Amino acid sequence: MSESLLEIEHLCKAFGALVATDGVTLAIRKGETHALIGPNGAGKTTLVGQLTGELRPDAGRIIFDGRDITELSTARRARLGLARSFQITSIFDSFTAEGNVALAVQATERHSFRFWKPAERIARLRQPARQLIADVGLSRLGNVIASKMSHGQHRQLELGMALATHPTMLLLDEPMAGLGIEESRAMSKLLASVKGQYTILLIEHDMDAVFSLADRITVLVGGRIVASGTADEIRNHPGVRVAYLGEEDDAGDVRANG
Amino acid sequence: MTLALLVEQLFNGVQFGLMLFLMAVGVTLVFGIMRVINLAHGSLFMLGGYFLMAALAWTRSYGLAIPLAFVGAALVAVVLEIVVLRPLYRRGPLDQVLATFGLTLFFNEAVTVIWGREPIPLSIPPFLTGSVEIIPGSAYPIYRLVITAVAIVAGLLLYLLIARTRVGALIRAGSDNREIVAALGININLLYTLIFALSAMLAALAGIMMGPLLSVEPGAGDPILILALVVVVIGGIGSVRGALVGALMVGIFDTLSRVLIPLVIQTNATSALVGMAVYVLMAVVLLFSRTGLFAAHRG
Amino acid sequence: MTLFGRRGALLFVLLAVAIALPPYCGTYYTRFATQIAIYGMAALSVDLLLGYSGLITFGQAALFGVGAYAAGMLTVYGLTDALLTWPLAILVSMLFALAIGALSLRTRGFQFIMVTLAFAQMVYYFAQSLRNWGGDDGFTLPQRDSLKFISLADHTTFYYVVLVLLVLVVLLANRIVKSEFGMVIRGIRDNERRAAAVGFPPYPYKLVIFVIAGGIAGLAGALMANHAKFVSPATMSWQLSGELLAMVILGSANSLIGPILGAAFFLAFRDVLSDFTEHWMLFFGPLLVARVLLVKDGIWGMLVRATGADDKLGEPKVDFPEALERAADSKPGAAK
Repeated sequence: MSESLLEIEHLCKAFGALVATDGVTLAIRKGETHALIGPNGAGKTTLVGQLTGELRPDAGRIIFDGRDITELSTARRARLGLARSFQITSIFDSFTAEGNVALAVQATERHSFRFWKPAERIARLRQPARQLIADVGLSRLGNVIASKMSHGQHRQLELGMALATHPTMLLLDEPMAGLGIEESRAMSKLLASVKGQYTILLIEHDMDAVFSLADRITVLVGGRIVASGTADEIRNHPGVRVAYLGEEDDAGDVRANG
Repeated sequence: MTLALLVEQLFNGVQFGLMLFLMAVGVTLVFGIMRVINLAHGSLFMLGGYFLMAALAWTRSYGLAIPLAFVGAALVAVVLEIVVLRPLYRRGPLDQVLATFGLTLFFNEAVTVIWGREPIPLSIPPFLTGSVEIIPGSAYPIYRLVITAVAIVAGLLLYLLIARTRVGALIRAGSDNREIVAALGININLLYTLIFALSAMLAALAGIMMGPLLSVEPGAGDPILILALVVVVIGGIGSVRGALVGALMVGIFDTLSRVLIPLVIQTNATSALVGMAVYVLMAVVLLFSRTGLFAAHRG
Repeated sequence: MTLFGRRGALLFVLLAVAIALPPYCGTYYTRFATQIAIYGMAALSVDLLLGYSGLITFGQAALFGVGAYAAGMLTVYGLTDALLTWPLAILVSMLFALAIGALSLRTRGFQFIMVTLAFAQMVYYFAQSLRNWGGDDGFTLPQRDSLKFISLADHTTFYYVVLVLLVLVVLLANRIVKSEFGMVIRGIRDNERRAAAVGFPPYPYKLVIFVIAGGIAGLAGALMANHAKFVSPATMSWQLSGELLAMVILGSANSLIGPILGAAFFLAFRDVLSDFTEHWMLFFGPLLVARVLLVKDGIWGMLVRATGADDKLGEPKVDFPEALERAADSKPGAAK
């Protein structure tokens, strides 16, 4: 049993009368790819928000790499090795693709209070950026202004930026969001290629990707964990099939609810 | 410093605070619902005073002049909303700030063109002159009591409008979700125009009532606007309750500090401290809560 | 690169005009050009905040005025060495910027605008209350400061000194926005949430740029005090803060040169129209509204496009997912 990199202990968060996170306890093991699935409104976004530090939990703790990070800011958590990609594309629109990744690389430095040398000419920032751009399949788009790229390219860039900060853990929030079938398969392949180098918490609706990538799966419904286990265990879990995986459609494919 | 003097200043503070409330609630409603920063709000205050003065000169009767002044302000507000504000709903804060700032410059100059640069004194309506002894030994001007009462009534009517009527429900709904309100078939353009006109009328009301006390001059609305903005910062954006609490705090604090500080500190720096007191209050509130006391919006 | 060449040529032309034209046209125009340079510098400081950091400040005039007052007061006290008074003025305005920024930058958006406005008013009222320094009327300087052995009393000499300082400020600001610090600031402007998620705490960076911009505004203020030999609270008014914003937007934000052109436009507009009417603001207000509502770009942007000096980056030539597939296939661990 490998040790846990991320431990979530009895996390609670309510917005007025709406309980979004209801005593969530979960441990993510080092090196594993752990998927978090659940219908819309299950509280995945709220949970991610609390993990990244954008939301303060009402109760509970988050331990990352042995440290209690519950009170830490988003930037501090990122510097400790917790990287994330956003569900709704969140990039630096006026920068080029390479510039986006270079800025993420720059974040790994102790501080950026350097005012003289032009950042574009600093090799220790641009070289890794160029490599990462190639790694995520954007090599010919390095000099394209990010705002001009397509949605799919944005998803690649999101991943590239998350990888750039040399994280120990990747929190990927619906990396397939808005991608077509071909694109999703390609992204899935890309994720498979980095799996194992990082501990990954993957939030996704795309069940094909989830079952092919995840070592373990946790199901969140109504702010509570209803099941947690290996892919097979979840696939055959009675409560999960009904509550979340939904009815089989005419073609016999299982489609996720939401 | 006698008790009577203190009470009188307290009354002044409340009255001033209520005037600020009329201004601040307009700012906070327009920003809270339409997400527009309107720096020209001070101009509407100023125009209220000018229209009253012009209507008085024309009709020689307060009974006619006051409604006329309102009508004038409402007309200006409607034209403004349609021509300048509407395109700004979709724009960012910079565009809004600059465009409404441009309007302020325009209005300040326009009144100069029409009525000159000199401040024009307005007299208190004859039937409201005189004072009343609210505390034995202290005579308080009836006019100030009356405008305080009017402001309270206006505040209550506003509360009833927002909390109890269909239009109010639409206003509250509009602040939560534009698209749904529009999809319900309600004319959102009309709704926004109404809300803007409402906020403008409140500003004009404050301007009309303060006219006899402050005298009418170009740029009269600017210091009031800035104080109203301080009120909104203190009270929290989008919160009517915050506007009321903040306005009373600012009104009383400002008035009392002008009287008390010179008593306690007698140096050359006194007048500086007096003017700065309100901003110090704002700084303290900000240290305590980044979004103000009653922020209505999560964003 | 031709791109750099064209834009460089444009800048060279502007600089050449700035160097040669005003003295050729006489004292009045030299003084006018000095004013443009000074306001241009102040507007540039606003652009650092507005265009590059996404911070809409309605209080930069306060820092401009603080610099003016500091330099003016020191000169009145007998410190007329520019190499002493001007850096001191910059320092004082940076301290004010630090205080104002530390509090204001805890807020965002609408609130930030209002808070900067409010704090600037506070400084304005403070200046008005200085009875020993003329209160609302302000005070005059007995002379301009001098630069070592160079007297700045001569308008042409003073103009060139100001111009040199302006060019230095532009070059410095340019380096700053292109540096690692500049990247962080621009990243925060584009997407603060993303910047934090990647590991940059926004507050310290915003505070530093706010202080830097404050220092530049303070220098402009000190120059203004020397130019007019007169300082008053009017240099701190919120109208001036608004006018500085207007200059930036008229000239093109996010460009450093744009604000200077915007300042030139504003002052020229005022100068020309006041010959016809004292009510020139009647036209400027609507002009500003029209620029915001109807026109997409400012003077510098139009100039750059008109001369073909704009960059044509950003045209994607490859289609997703083809590239993605290729990349994934080429990775060592990828399944086929």
